Amino acid sequence: MADTICRTLRDGGLEGEHAPALTIKDSKASPFGFDVFNYVLTQLSNHILAGKSQSRGLVVVAYSRSPSFYVDLLKRRGIDIASSHDWIHILDCYTDPLGWKNRLIDKDISQEASSLSSFCQDVRNLDKLYSLIIEQGKGLIGQGKDRFSIAIDLVSEMVRHASISSVAGILSNLRSHDQVSSIFWLLHSDLHEIKFTSVLEYLSSMVASVEPFNQAAFGQRVDLENLSMLEQNFRKGKFHVRFKRRNGRVRVMCEEILVELAGIKFTPVLSEDEIINQRLLPKVQFNLQLSEEERNERAKVVLPFEHQGNGKPIQIYDGRRSLGENKEEALVSTGKLQPDEDSGKGQIIYFRDSDDEMPDSDEDPDDDLDI
Amino acid sequence: MENQNLNLLDRALGLDGPSEPWPLSGRVVLIEDCVETSGSFVLHQLVKRSLSPTSSNVIIFVAFANPFSHYDRILRKLGCNLVTQRDNKRFIFFDMLMLRCPDEGKSSEGGLVLLYEKILKTICGLPGDKKDYVTIMIDDISLVEVAANGGSDYVLDFLHYCHALTSEFDCSLITLNHEDIYSSMERPTLILQMEYLADILIKAEPLSTGLATDVHGQLTVLNKGTSHRLGRSGNKIHNFHYKVKENTVEYFYPGSRV
Repeated sequence: MADTICRTLRDGGLEGEHAPALTIKDSKASPFGFDVFNYVLTQLSNHILAGKSQSRGLVVVAYSRSPSFYVDLLKRRGIDIASSHDWIHILDCYTDPLGWKNRLIDKDISQEASSLSSFCQDVRNLDKLYSLIIEQGKGLIGQGKDRFSIAIDLVSEMVRHASISSVAGILSNLRSHDQVSSIFWLLHSDLHEIKFTSVLEYLSSMVASVEPFNQAAFGQRVDLENLSMLEQNFRKGKFHVRFKRRNGRVRVMCEEILVELAGIKFTPVLSEDEIINQRLLPKVQFNLQLSEEERNERAKVVLPFEHQGNGKPIQIYDGRRSLGENKEEALVSTGKLQPDEDSGKGQIIYFRDSDDEMPDSDEDPDDDLDI
Repeated sequence: MENQNLNLLDRALGLDGPSEPWPLSGRVVLIEDCVETSGSFVLHQLVKRSLSPTSSNVIIFVAFANPFSHYDRILRKLGCNLVTQRDNKRFIFFDMLMLRCPDEGKSSEGGLVLLYEKILKTICGLPGDKKDYVTIMIDDISLVEVAANGGSDYVLDFLHYCHALTSEFDCSLITLNHEDIYSSMERPTLILQMEYLADILIKAEPLSTGLATDVHGQLTVLNKGTSHRLGRSGNKIHNFHYKVKENTVEYFYPGSRV
């Protein structure tokens, strides 16, 4: 599935279409987004070098790591860009993003720029940044109809220095530039308002989120019980990808992540989890389970039609009213009359034939039929 | 590294291996604590380890919280003479207690730019053999924020530039911040950003079971495997208890104390 993402980026966009855009997002509970970013970067680089991709070049906009980090990273993956880099350029927004260094030291650090990387010393000016990216990209692919790809290692850092709308603007402009083949970026979702994350997701044709393996372990004080879950969260995670098709259809896929020394590995979700995934239970913030106490309380509730009438109008607790109504509907189907509850004159004879069935029970309700 | 009574904290940080290259070179360490469990002792322990006779480290200590005499007194009890180290140019102390940024806006940023300049110039001014073994320590970040009049964006910019120093000079960056200051915020951006920047996160917090006389708290060390060095172990998490005593700190696994 991670390979599906890489293939989509490799294939690029059709003529007249926006470039495919990938958002990789993670959070503190499962901070493997950068590992995923590096994986995608490596795969795309391999495709470009092999001549299999639509794009002929790659511009890396580096906010959170130095150019030398990427040189080392690719070297460890078998790609030596120090010696041959006519297909890749790193825009260094990491070393001196605000021009502090340039003001202070005597020598002009822009002289240190090489053909592999160049400095951006004012990341607040997104128009300038846009021009730099396009200029470097065109420099890689030359004249003609070729295209290049763009990788932005941390949009969360980008938005620290500029407004949400200007960041959205530059990303949208890059996406729609006719020489951009594909674009992908990383953000840490817990650093931003939901508004910003949503804006980026709307701009993207693929959204890959890294989530903790054990959701419950996060945020609690460490103790012996949750320590092993935390340890697991530190090495493993869940990878959810949402693909937006041209026809508007949305496809969701899941994998598991294993973070190792050599890099990140994606494995299919185990079959047990697959069943859970297929149910697509929404992640809601209210509790769908009952605690022991709640179960006991529920058992104590006298159902409306089992009430031993003493002449007084039946008082039904509001919170259980829907339960009462459900029982009424069940009675309708069995053919009993439904007198007005408030009339106090009719009579309902109700025989409870079975206990409450838990939601999503696997039992077949027809099992007790004696056919 | 000879066995200098290495404790669990040393092992969790990888300080039980050879002292050269310094295991924390090029890495960012964040110590998080709270009111109930102060994490300063971790900082003191790291000062002591950095200045051990077998290592060549130079510490640039940026102190917003306490004067030199405070650290001197504490480290003496731990068996380390900061005055001698200062004279030997192994312990460079920046006294930031009087840092004042009178106006908001530009001068808050200006103060931090000047601090960055001072650190950069100090590193560049070191003799060649010492330049590769610098440890920058900041005590503590919440006071940097105060000095910047609450300009957490400027503080983050400053931290970013310090992070760039770790990349350029292979120095280590060790900072302390208080987690509970930010706990009431809906989105505690500063501390979250710092956690993302950190390669090693050391959290000092109370026990989940509450107060105890024999145990002062627990330390959780999250050691993210570095992506820029081969041969490092992958992500590791360590958890153990501690007790702060007069001249030392004891670290032990839960339930192992007699």
